[in-house]
Parts: sequence; structure tokens; C-alpha cells
Amino acid sequence: MSYENVKPRSPWKASKKDRLINASIFLATLVFSFVFVLISPLSGKLGYFVTFFVTYALANAALSFKRYSVKAAKDSAIQVLIVCGSLLAVLPIASIVFTVISKGYKGIQPHIFVEDMSLATATDPISNGGLLHAITGTLTMVAIAMVLSVPLGILTALYLTEIRGRFSRPIRFLVQAMSGVPSVVAGLFILSAVIYPITKANSGFMGSLALTILMIPTVARTSEEVLKLIPEDLREAGTALGGTQWRTVAMIVVPAARSGLITAVILGVARIIGETAPLLLVTGGGDKVNPNPFDGAMGSLPYYIWKSFGSGSEDGITRAWAGLLVLLVIIIILFSLARLLSSRKVSR
Amino acid sequence: MQTVPAPREITTEPRRSDKVFRRVVTAGGLSSLGILGLITVFLGYRGSGIIFEQGFSFITSADWTVSYDESGEVVESSFGLAAMLVGTILSALVAVVVAVPVSVAMALFLNFYSPPSLRKFLIAIIDLMAAFPSLLFGLWGFLVLMPSVEYWAKLLNKYLGFIPIFDVDVYIFTRSPFIAGVVLAIMIIPIITSVSREVFSQTPLDRIQAAFALGATRWSMIKAVVIPYGRSGVIGGAMLGLGRAMGETVAVYTVLNIVFQVNWQILLGAGGNVASLIILRFGEANLYEIDALMAAGLALFMLTLLVNGLADFIVKRTGKSGR
Repeated sequence: MSYENVKPRSPWKASKKDRLINASIFLATLVFSFVFVLISPLSGKLGYFVTFFVTYALANAALSFKRYSVKAAKDSAIQVLIVCGSLLAVLPIASIVFTVISKGYKGIQPHIFVEDMSLATATDPISNGGLLHAITGTLTMVAIAMVLSVPLGILTALYLTEIRGRFSRPIRFLVQAMSGVPSVVAGLFILSAVIYPITKANSGFMGSLALTILMIPTVARTSEEVLKLIPEDLREAGTALGGTQWRTVAMIVVPAARSGLITAVILGVARIIGETAPLLLVTGGGDKVNPNPFDGAMGSLPYYIWKSFGSGSEDGITRAWAGLLVLLVIIIILFSLARLLSSRKVSR
Repeated sequence: MQTVPAPREITTEPRRSDKVFRRVVTAGGLSSLGILGLITVFLGYRGSGIIFEQGFSFITSADWTVSYDESGEVVESSFGLAAMLVGTILSALVAVVVAVPVSVAMALFLNFYSPPSLRKFLIAIIDLMAAFPSLLFGLWGFLVLMPSVEYWAKLLNKYLGFIPIFDVDVYIFTRSPFIAGVVLAIMIIPIITSVSREVFSQTPLDRIQAAFALGATRWSMIKAVVIPYGRSGVIGGAMLGLGRAMGETVAVYTVLNIVFQVNWQILLGAGGNVASLIILRFGEANLYEIDALMAAGLALFMLTLLVNGLADFIVKRTGKSGR
């Protein structure tokens, strides 16, 4: 007997017949739910969704019951439920992205990237004014917040992974607690601690300070995760070569984790770039390009969107969606960058 | 004649550079303590006057009024947070109740059902969703989601209206705590999902394989092994989500109708929210009322700190429970 003509079998995979049955159940349920919604008092998208999933779960369960047992029936019904739940989790994001693009693209015109709102109001048609001041303001504030929070965040992560002193547990908890600080509280804190007692004026720098508080925990936690992935061997090798701890960390551990640390910074920026509440309290939200973060009101994308939406007019809302589209594109770019970098976890 | 070099001193004492390094890193690590401490001190310093003046009525009364005479002096003032606190807790609870089943389903799907290629993509999507600005959720909730949720609210009221919280006195369903809760639920789904996914993926492989070897179906394996192992992690994730939902400002402000009256009916279009109150009143508040807002901020801060502390405590216990 020769084995040459025997094809390998994979009994765990669905056969052609199985696939056919699955597809026909799917189609039958689709048709059934359509008809059922037509003849019953149920209506709308919700009606379709509910009938479809209930009947699909029941049909699958019935099939499994006929083939195997009650347990298998339960298993397949729950599988449908879990898929349904995951769909519910993903549906909003699809809807959000679709809404932003479909409502925002009208407001995206080349001139909005070179004009500010100093000669226009939010209710003007979109051909008037732009969001240059908002983009420059957001970039300035985020850059300053980055300069302030990245060292603190990375030092915190280094303490947790390299020093591992007796404060490790409380600090890990505090970082966790800090990531839960409501953004409006960060704004109030800057108001009470800096603006009222010291500067007595709103400025972009105050916005950066508030954003710093919100950015530190994200940077610290992501960096900690990254530094934990650096093999212990590298640290031991550094010490074995006679390096002090300082040299080992600075010359070996941090360079090895470089791309991961950059990811941490990018995620931190993505976290704060859309923050609105603290900026409403402390930046003053100007309408003009303001290059000086220490003096005078400073616009920002969230503030611009907020103001345009608050104006309530048709043009204002178009403006707001266009602003959101710009913000979303920036966030998605930052995010893809972070993904790209973190896909190679340990670099030289 | 051979000279013997002087014996080298061997010591465990760190060099000076290391001492400096350790001190700098420790100082940086303690910055979170410093910042949280300063927040408490400054908000407490500005808000304590109002809290002492109002006494217990600061959290038990629902009245928030200030009146001034011509010179701008405060004539009469009463600051009570009851309505806002109740509203904050109600909508955050709605958010958690809606978000937890969906997130757990998503986490189970990612760990045990999804094909690997889809898994990577979905994790990226969920992480991205966590970075969406709250303003986006607010506007989308207001313009797109609200009509649908209003319809669901009417259905709930029609069929479950006999349960007190689903009852309404006035037939107004727009801008209710329920709608705010649904928007918040969508915002916290990524947080709860990623915590649950993390915990589920730590389930020891030998236990999973043992369950399958005993002939368990996928669901009986999950029920017998994964859920008992990850339960406290999921609860902790839910608490984290609760904390986030309580502190959310802009998204809630755009969808919620803020009314200074304690309202337990989640479907009725009148609610409260501490964070939104701050944004609502800040524009027209004078220094005296801003102190009251600081006190409100302090109350919110303490509330989220408490919830986060609890969450941390519960997540830490993960893995000790279960079979």
C-alpha cells in the first residue's frame, strides 16, 4: 500500500459541507429577520439587529444540539453572543470615524490651514477664517507639555524598573491614581496654584502645565512596560563589564528601549492632544496666531472645536467637524507611528 | 625585585555618580506623589472656606445659587452638590452596567475566538479608541447617538417602567443621565476591554488544556477556568472605568441637561454632573463662586481617588482567586 495518494486531512477544519450549512443558516436568518421585522410590531435598526442575533444564536444552537449535545448547543449560542458583543464594541468606532469624515470633509479647504480666526467669527461661512491659530497653539502647548512630562514620566518608570526601592508599590499606585485625575481637576489645580496666586493671567503655558499632569501617567506606565521587557542579562552584562548603575542604565538599558520609549511619548501626546476641559479653564482661547506661550490667550484645536460647536449655527458646526477631522487625523498618524515603532520592541 | 600592588579595596558602597543617579531617579519617581499632594493642598486651600461655611449641606443640599448686590458683594449664597453627585454616580453606573458585558465579550472574543490576524487589528482599533478625544464622543453622542438612545429609552420606559428608576414623571427623554451613561459606556469600553483581555490572557495554559482534555466545550472551559481566574481583574477594570466615567467632563456636558435638583430617574431629561457643573458655571463665576467650584473639584478628585484606590486593590488580588 502506498501513501503517496493519500492527502493530508485536517479534521478540525470546517469541511465544504459545514461551510455550506453555516452560510445557509446565516442567509436564512438574514431573510427571516427581514420578514419578521416586516410582519411584527418591531421596527428599525434595533429590531433587525435583535431578531437577527437571537434567531442566529437559536439556529446555531439547534444545529449543534442535533449533531452533538445540549452542551454543544449552549457553546455555539454563547459563541454567537460573544461575537455580537464584540460587534457592539466596534460599531461605535466605525460610526464615529464615518461621521467625522462625512461631516468634516466639507469644511476641509486649503485656506483654513493658513488663516486664523482674528478677522472672522465662528458663525461665518467656512470660506472665512481658518484654524491656523488652533494648530499652532495645540502644537506649542503639546510640545511644552512633552518637554516637562517626558523626563518625569521616564524617571518614574526607571525608579520602578531599575531602582525598585521601597517606594515602588506606593508609586505604582500613585501613578495609577494620577491617570484617573479628572482633566477638569487638573485645570482647576493650575488655576488655584499658579494663575490666581502668581501670574494672574491665562496663557498657553498654563495649558501646557495642566496637560503635563495628564500626560505623566501615560508616559510612566507605558515606559515601565517597555523597560520591563529589557532582558535582565543586558543589565548584568553592563555591571559585569565594570559599569556603574548609572552607566549601565544610560548606555545600555535606555538605548535598548529607545523605540519603546518613543512609543510611550507618542501615546502620551495622543492622550493629551484632544483634552478640552483644562484648556477651557486656563488658556483663554485666543483667535489669533500667538507665538508666545507665556503671554496672552492662546488658541487650540479643542477650544476651536468647542467654540464653533457652541455657536450653534450650521457653519459653526461644519467648522467643528472639520476641526475634529484634523484632530482625528493627527491622532491616527501619531498612533500608527507608535504601532510601527513598537512592532520592533527592542532595538539597538 | 617585584613590587606588590597595594590591595584594591572592595566595597559595596555605590560610587558618587550612582548616588547622584539614584537620588535623581527617586526624586523623579516621587513627582507623582508631589503633584497629587499639591492638587489636594491647593484645591483644599481654596475650597475649604466654602466647605466649612456650608457644612454638611455642601453634599446634602441640591441648591446652587449666588446673588450679588450692585457693588458685586455676595448677598446670599448656597452651594450644594447633592444633585450633581447623584447625577455623576448614576450616569457612571449606567456606563459601567452597559460597558462591562460588551467589554467582557470583546475580551473573550480577542483571547479565545478571534483568528490571529483579526486579533491584532482589533487590538489596534480598541487602543486607538482609548485615545479618541472626549469632545469627539460628545459631539457624536449629541448629533448621532442621541436619537437612537432616546428611542431605546422610550422602549425601556414602556416595558420596564414599573421599576422605579425607569419611571419618569414628565415625558422628556432628551439629554437624560441614561444618554450620558451610554456615551460614557462607549468611552470606557476600551479601558475595561484592555484590562480584561490582559487578565484573561494570563490564565495558565495548563489549566485551559486540562479543561479541554477533560472534554470541555469552549464555553465550559471559559466558565470553569477563565472566568474564576479573571473575575477580580474584570471587577478592577470596571472600577477603573467607573473612575474615568465619573471624571469625564466635556462629553457629558454636551449631552446632559444639567438641573439643580436631585433626580433618581435615569431616563428623565434632567441630571447633574460635578465636572460639567464646573465648566457650566466657570464662565460667569466670580472669585467667590470659583472657590465653591474648587471645593466641588476637590470632592470629585477625592471620589475618583477612592474609586481608583479600590480598583487598584481589586486588580492586585487577581490570580490569587480561582481554581
